[in-house]
Amino acid sequence: MAENAVEEAVAGGAKLNVYPMKQFEVTPLFGEGPIHWYTPTNVTLWLGIAIVAIVLLMVLTTRKRAVVPGRGQSIAEVLYSFVRSMVVDITGEAGLKYFPYIMTLFLLILFTNVLSILPYSYTVMSQIAVTGALALAVFISVTVIGFVKNGPGFLKIFWISEAPMALRPVLAIVELISYFVRPVSHSIRLAGNMMAGHAVIKVFAGFAAVLAAYTPLGLGLLAPIGGIMAVIGLEMLVVVIQAYVFTILTCVYLNDALHPGH
Amino acid sequence: MENAITGDLAQMGAMIGAGLATIGMGGAAVGVGNVVASYLSGALRNPAAAGGQTATMFIGIAFAEALGIFSFLVALLLMFAQ
Repeated sequence: MAENAVEEAVAGGAKLNVYPMKQFEVTPLFGEGPIHWYTPTNVTLWLGIAIVAIVLLMVLTTRKRAVVPGRGQSIAEVLYSFVRSMVVDITGEAGLKYFPYIMTLFLLILFTNVLSILPYSYTVMSQIAVTGALALAVFISVTVIGFVKNGPGFLKIFWISEAPMALRPVLAIVELISYFVRPVSHSIRLAGNMMAGHAVIKVFAGFAAVLAAYTPLGLGLLAPIGGIMAVIGLEMLVVVIQAYVFTILTCVYLNDALHPGH
Repeated sequence: MENAITGDLAQMGAMIGAGLATIGMGGAAVGVGNVVASYLSGALRNPAAAGGQTATMFIGIAFAEALGIFSFLVALLLMFAQ
């Protein structure tokens, strides 16, 4: 009996057809054709949904300004005070001027990431084009802020005054390289984490299809589905931590620009 | 005929290379584990000071993890970008 099922499954073409990277393809929403910068794609759709969700949460729930906050307002307040204390802890009071930018970054990454957990949604932050643009914006603005605030004194972050004199030129080269690698690692960390986690979910889904075909009554389906649920639970943690890490690294870079002398 | 064979060989080499590149993730795992283990052993000795260092721990994790992600990226490039 079981052998028959296996033969039928093989004849039906059930094999390990897993395309975990297919979910990251950028496709136009309407029709086919080449993608230009103005083409509405699934990336723009899910970016838009995330932005609408942010506006709904942050504007509508805080409109009443209740002294005793309701559910929505307390979520908005917790997010606000969380990011604010992070900025103050790392950059000091001087960084509060740039708090709106950091809050925007955090909310955008958090909402696109959390929405990407939904089945059939698109993982916006898995595109290196998207995270690269965010990281490059941080890199350029931090460099400009550093030179505007400190003038040429900003170059002190490459000249480490605690090190012995003989080592300083070597360290300066190392620091210079690590400064310019920042936007690369900053963007690839976020995109790579999102891509890896969501690809693992799809790989488990491929196992489910095969095991359903090769086990009696399709009971083998249950093991990979349990795996998928466990991985999604882990992903819920990872997406929030990655949004946190991106924001906190922005704060660290900003702190370098504001206080270059350590 | 010869082209097909060399193409297959290149494909095989790329797949083997992708598999080898994933070994790098083990290094990232050791690094992240090291960061958290050190944080925990410090936090258990002085729980009062632990709360203030959580952010530093996450920064350390992020730096250690980025290198593992780079090896994942190399594997992806070998498999898909040809």
